[in-house]
Amino acid sequence: MSIVRTPLRSESFRPLVKRDFLRRTRNPMPWMVPIAVIIALLTLLPLGFVVWITVQTGWNTAIALIFRPRIGELLLNTVLLVAITVPLCVLLAIALAWLTERSDIPGARIWAWLSVAPLAVPAFVQSYAWVSLIPSLHGLFGGVLVSVLAYLPFLYLPVSATLRRLDPGLEEAAASLGQPPWQVFWHVVLPQLRLALCGGSLLIALHLLAEYGLFAMIRFDTFTTAIFDQFQSTYSGAAAHMLAGVLVMCCLALLAIEAAFRGGARYARIGSGAARAHSPKRLGPMTLPCLLVPLLTTSLALGVPFVTLTGWLIAGGADIWQVTEIGRALGQTLLLAVAGAILTTFAAIPMAWLSIRRPGRLQRVLEASNYIVGALPGVVIALALATVTVRVALTLYQTAATLLVAYALMFVPRALVSLRASIAQAPLELEQAAASLGRSPIQALWAVTIRLAAPGATAGTALVALGIVNELTATQMLAPTGTRTLAMAFWSLSGEIDYAGAAPYAVIMVLFSLPLTWLLYTQSKRWAGR
Amino acid sequence: MTYHIQVLHFGVPMRLAFHLLSGLTALILSSASVSTSVLAQNADADGIVVYNAQHESLTAEWAAGFTKQTGIKVTLRNGSDTELGNLIVQEGKASPADVFLTENSPSMVLVEQAGLFAPLPADTLAEVPANFRPATGGWIGIAARSTVFAYDKAKLKPEQVPKSLLDLADPIWKGRWAASPSGADFQAIVSALLELKGEDATTAWLKAMKENSVPYKGNSTAMKAVNAGQVEGALIYHYYWFGDQAKTGENSKNVELAYFRHQDPGAFVSISGGGVLASSKHADQAKAFVKWIAGKGGQEVLKNGTSYEYAVGVDAPSNPKLVPLAELQAPNVEVSKLNSKKVTDLMTAAGLL
Repeated sequence: MSIVRTPLRSESFRPLVKRDFLRRTRNPMPWMVPIAVIIALLTLLPLGFVVWITVQTGWNTAIALIFRPRIGELLLNTVLLVAITVPLCVLLAIALAWLTERSDIPGARIWAWLSVAPLAVPAFVQSYAWVSLIPSLHGLFGGVLVSVLAYLPFLYLPVSATLRRLDPGLEEAAASLGQPPWQVFWHVVLPQLRLALCGGSLLIALHLLAEYGLFAMIRFDTFTTAIFDQFQSTYSGAAAHMLAGVLVMCCLALLAIEAAFRGGARYARIGSGAARAHSPKRLGPMTLPCLLVPLLTTSLALGVPFVTLTGWLIAGGADIWQVTEIGRALGQTLLLAVAGAILTTFAAIPMAWLSIRRPGRLQRVLEASNYIVGALPGVVIALALATVTVRVALTLYQTAATLLVAYALMFVPRALVSLRASIAQAPLELEQAAASLGRSPIQALWAVTIRLAAPGATAGTALVALGIVNELTATQMLAPTGTRTLAMAFWSLSGEIDYAGAAPYAVIMVLFSLPLTWLLYTQSKRWAGR
Repeated sequence: MTYHIQVLHFGVPMRLAFHLLSGLTALILSSASVSTSVLAQNADADGIVVYNAQHESLTAEWAAGFTKQTGIKVTLRNGSDTELGNLIVQEGKASPADVFLTENSPSMVLVEQAGLFAPLPADTLAEVPANFRPATGGWIGIAARSTVFAYDKAKLKPEQVPKSLLDLADPIWKGRWAASPSGADFQAIVSALLELKGEDATTAWLKAMKENSVPYKGNSTAMKAVNAGQVEGALIYHYYWFGDQAKTGENSKNVELAYFRHQDPGAFVSISGGGVLASSKHADQAKAFVKWIAGKGGQEVLKNGTSYEYAVGVDAPSNPKLVPLAELQAPNVEVSKLNSKKVTDLMTAAGLL
């Protein structure tokens, strides 16, 4: 339990605090607001750019490029993909979470970890594994199959954490009123999973819209692959921008749908004491059939990449370990990941600080803008930055700086989530105490709040770094001349169907992602109080 | 529980994390400058920047040979023909590129029409016969590739193979052939069709193609699909097959090549181009590189290397495994007329892009 603010403590501080200081603490660091506003405006740049380019294209051309059969095809593909993949993920995630958290399934802990572990396999590596195994796999079916396997953990994590935390009292009360078990699940448990389901589904849907590598390899056309095709054919032609505009509308529609589904209800447990732990349901004779669910999911999501990667490594032998090239790609990837992650974390600090210390309408608007930009696919952000830099800011053109900015735009929400939670746990009073001892506001912020928030911030930074290591689309479009990251090298080799040569890069990316995936897993356990 | 206890409790890991964060911050500040120089145009100081749309492995071989002989460093920015061509046009005079190399000529035409190429010296032009370069002398052919129909030996007999590229528009070919419409290679073939048969015929053919063809990303992937029996044939370039045969043949063992010949649009031989940007700050080094590629050194890489593209230099022999260029009966296409913009527009309109 960590309740941080108690009235007693802040009163004991008050007599020590001078009057003018009090005024200052009510509005300490007024410059934090403009900084947050500037960062938010910067993050809105790609969105504004899409609008500007649409206007510049001229309505007639824009309409000709938007209302054409190809866009209809892509829209249909996208809708089908989301409408099939997300419900499948929901069903599978609930089943897995229930089995690992609520039943006496043998090896529940191991299955729980194995259900999260696919996060360590980048989506395009998952797709490469499947295409190696079944070369004819393609289209909607292939896309749905690989997406479900790659993105299931996004739903499994929140659902299992929520399920673990629910108070069994409610369910027992319902059961004691004569509800059969499935009715209890439907009327009592499922509604409490609503937020987790909505959040996870949104995350998956946004990934489906943004992913390039997975669908390019499986030959399923989405807006993102179409934009990339246009980019390769015309660099930044009008058609690419119009596709991006429609894609942005799809993302906004998803956000709106999620908000509508989420509703306004609260699901907090109130009442005294802590919730009891659940006693696991006995599966009895159903144990074996139930074991099939995690067994099948794991062997498809982890077994297939493991087997194919091992297969390629064996087939490739020592020849594929081009140490200098791999080392160079590794070094460049790490440099970009570390620099990008730190930049992103710093960009998120003002916003996170504001949302905890000075919540209000402006803060909500800023936060919403961050949220929307975080929902934009990398391909849109990269297209915008490529065009803006080449037309307006040539000095930044093709520099690492632009690429790092793209990473920051894409991953700020990841950093924000961790930062906000950890700043919330750093008591304001300590900041005030530091100020009363003569520290300037920024010193106090740095020495106290940031320091206390450091573990959470580091976790967030690590998550951003992971995102950057596995980022392909924006990196390919914006990377400075001569740069070749692990993902780029993997993509280029697998594009020349040198699947064996691509395997070492895939293995390194997976190995990098494993510790971070473990971190996520333990974090979710801790969040659920166990 | 108070925060004091929390601080004590988490003291050590927090301090560690704090040090980690501040250490990393120091790292970023120093690496911000380093990374731009390490990652970015470090060739600015010495050597040349090449916007390379040719196969990475081929240009890497050229660059290595050139650097070995001259000591001039070559940095590559890889991409596709039209992507880099349009990029150079957008960059205009500010382009960091010194040299532009393509797989196909339409993008060379694009850059030349924007007036961004420096004219090549006469002794460079003399390396290559006149039919492999534009009369303007703004750029030069550096290699060539032939269009082929790669088909599944088990499913098609040689006499069942389409006689002309135009036959593929026939409904009997629906769902039976593959291509990589987003690739510059395929778009070059379409540009030849446009130049030879005109806009109406091309539009109609592309419309039929949208119905008939199975799209893949990349020519090698399309050939792999033919090999795996997913489609009966694919419209690609010749060297993918030779390259795979020279390796393990695992993606081409069921595949045979058919050449259209008879000056058919499908017999189109596409010329890869090289040119020096007028805005280059290392014009002499850049010109030396293009001359080296078009000359003996570069053409021998084509003959002896693993690219299996045709050599185009004067009296420069191609790899003996290839069907000689002279026997391909390619149609006569004026390279400087190939129009990439029109092709992408038509393909976008046909719903292929």
